[in-house]
Amino acid sequence: MSTTAKKFDERARGEFARLGTTRVHRGELLRHPVYTRFLHWSVAIFFILSLLTGFAIYTPWLFYWITPLFGGGPRTRFLHPWFGLLFEIFFLFQFINWFAPMAWVEADRRWMRRMRQYVTNEDPLEAEDVGFFNAGQKLYFWLIAVSWILFLITGLLMWFDDLVGRWIVAISYVIHDIAALLMLAGFIIHVYEGTAHQPGTFRSMMDGTVTERWAVTHHPKWYRAVTGRDSREAYEREKRQEEERLEDR
Amino acid sequence: MANPRTFQIQEISAHPGPVPGLGTRREEQVCKYIDVTTCIGCKACEVACVEWNDHPFRETTFNDTYQTMPTTEWNYYNLIKFAEDQRDGNLMWLLRKDQCMHCEDPGCLRACPADGAIIKYENGIVDFQQENCIGCGYCISGCPFDIPKFHPTNKKVYKCTLCSDRVGQGLEPACIKACPTGCLKFGTKSDMVQIAGLRAKQLREVSGFADAGVYDPQSIGGTHVIYVLHDMKAPERYGLPATPVIPPSYTYWKWLAKPIGLGMGVLGIAAVFFHRVFYGPKLEQPEPPEIRTGPREEIEAGREEAP
Repeated sequence: MSTTAKKFDERARGEFARLGTTRVHRGELLRHPVYTRFLHWSVAIFFILSLLTGFAIYTPWLFYWITPLFGGGPRTRFLHPWFGLLFEIFFLFQFINWFAPMAWVEADRRWMRRMRQYVTNEDPLEAEDVGFFNAGQKLYFWLIAVSWILFLITGLLMWFDDLVGRWIVAISYVIHDIAALLMLAGFIIHVYEGTAHQPGTFRSMMDGTVTERWAVTHHPKWYRAVTGRDSREAYEREKRQEEERLEDR
Repeated sequence: MANPRTFQIQEISAHPGPVPGLGTRREEQVCKYIDVTTCIGCKACEVACVEWNDHPFRETTFNDTYQTMPTTEWNYYNLIKFAEDQRDGNLMWLLRKDQCMHCEDPGCLRACPADGAIIKYENGIVDFQQENCIGCGYCISGCPFDIPKFHPTNKKVYKCTLCSDRVGQGLEPACIKACPTGCLKFGTKSDMVQIAGLRAKQLREVSGFADAGVYDPQSIGGTHVIYVLHDMKAPERYGLPATPVIPPSYTYWKWLAKPIGLGMGVLGIAAVFFHRVFYGPKLEQPEPPEIRTGPREEIEAGREEAP
């Protein structure tokens, strides 16, 4: 990532940190600063709005009932590209914001091999080498990045369809759909993991903080980096204390 | 549209013999016949179309031909194309009346995502209902003949209606009425196909156009506007595609792949839901110690009464 973008990102983070606050209590760690949270939810809002307006056009025989929510068919069609454009713009900033921690490393290849165990909850603890983001999160990020480019190119071709031939529009339309389906698949898993599957994760995007126990569980390498403590030791200590508490009762 | 059978006589009082014409059926499929070989390029049909549809005068574009403008427009449904063709070292004008072809399998209708914006009547007329149009422009890319045109101000798409309002009242389309040479005819599809076949035969056998033929492309199930061409081997010279096709995006993708994709989305939601039910949450570690677990306890869970 170029230094200009990096500098811009740092400045934005500073400005937003002044605008908002993140309260970190004892036993908690700061995970997502205000700027990151702002970007995430802006992207999310415009993605969902694009998704809803898009559904009405994607399978009208099933989802045309969505159009009155946006003021009717013509307005839904009018709003869709603008929602999409805002999604594109916000994700560009999020891309810059998260480019560095989303870099694919050797540990991610090992995580991919353990994916089955991860999915079946076989390991209660993540492996020691899982950093700020695990490979699954990185995969979703890069999937969005690919969809982002596809949406942008095909979306503009369909927006300015009078400048291109009918076959380009017809092909763009299919690619736009495929990008949307890919992102929808990732989005379903993303929402599930962030809410029902992993308690304590949703607040990281709302309040910006997570508990230390959460960090030890899901991102041990990150825990070690920010606290300077060994994650395995922290886990054992917590476990001993838990047992003592049970015995005292 | 009025049903022509409603006023067919069924019984006649005190009438000797059977009811005349009882049980006859009118053929419903309509068709416009265009004989490009007898078109003189007078543009009367253009004027009649603008008049009948109550369109305002629009400025013409001069581009070194006799054509009124380069293509049809949202308020100019009907345009004579003046293609200049070289034949035996001489210039030959290929005059073709360009308008909606009213395809049996309309690409515009296949592509349209708005409920009720494009309809096809049983008589074959394809008609746009602008009040339901959302202005996405998909019909433009679905059309093999580049016919639907976008209205830049109200963001709706317009095209030739085959004068469905006139045809509904038993009249011929305005362009047909205006034609002074008889190169335009209107009637049932089978009649028009027959007349066109005879005319093409005449052109081949009498007029020396060995490749004359009828343009009624079967790749889109035939059209409700058919042409008699001097040269059926090269319809491209008249600006007509030899085999017009609807992009598969609006056929296979729209009606097959899309629902499958959506079905996978539904399965995805079911998958994460049952994942939670089957495997439970990933709690922060150390989680509270388990009291019991395993398939045996699972099966017997709470079934025996406590002593």
